[in-house]
Amino acid sequence: MKLRYFAWVRERVGKPEEDIEVPPGVTTVGELMAWLAARGEEYAHAFANPQVIRAAIDRTHVEPQTPIKGAGEIAFFPPMTGG
Amino acid sequence: MTVLSTVRLQREPFDAAAEAAKLTRGRSDVGALVTFTGICRGDEAGEPIAALTLEHYPGMVEAEIERHVQEAKERWPLLGVTVIHRYGRMVPGEDIVVVVTTSSHRAAAFAAAEFLMDYLKTRAPFWKQVEKAGEKTWVEAKATDDAAAGRWNAGGRQAAE
Repeated sequence: MKLRYFAWVRERVGKPEEDIEVPPGVTTVGELMAWLAARGEEYAHAFANPQVIRAAIDRTHVEPQTPIKGAGEIAFFPPMTGG
Repeated sequence: MTVLSTVRLQREPFDAAAEAAKLTRGRSDVGALVTFTGICRGDEAGEPIAALTLEHYPGMVEAEIERHVQEAKERWPLLGVTVIHRYGRMVPGEDIVVVVTTSSHRAAAFAAAEFLMDYLKTRAPFWKQVEKAGEKTWVEAKATDDAAAGRWNAGGRQAAE
């Protein structure tokens, strides 16, 4: 599955996107964030405060409890500041 | 009745007055036109800034704006809607975003323009970074913007319409 990162999440992870294999036990967006946080120092820094991070599956906003099954692209980013 | 609807995402500057004029040209059913232009300010949190850079999520941002333009057209009797949002680097004084709404009467045009701006601020995937004193920092989301967007949801809907 493809992961994309934006703004300071991208800066902290150190890359804009990557393809990863998610273990079968990781089933929701929230669980995916917790799993990512344990992947290394840069991920721990990016996902240290998961409640402020927003997510989208296939370009639609989702919540931490949303299942990730069938997702093609999951994006993580800070609260939006457009306009 | 033809409802004109335009959504554009671009790096280049736009002409807000020309965009507004497009929604009234050659027709006499428009009785109200509201234009909101968001401009890059020269200060952030009381300190001068050199520039602003807007990062966006290509593909998602267009879909999110289109969805909210559609919702605005369903909620109010609009005759036209234009949303143009820029990305990339801008210096103070440059326009960032323009929202134009037209209707027969002012209430719908005012409400739809505010609705669209409130959603652009909080739900469209854009992130602002400011350059000040040689440093780049991400702008933090404001609770007041979330509150402004929240009033258009089920609970606050009646009061806002």
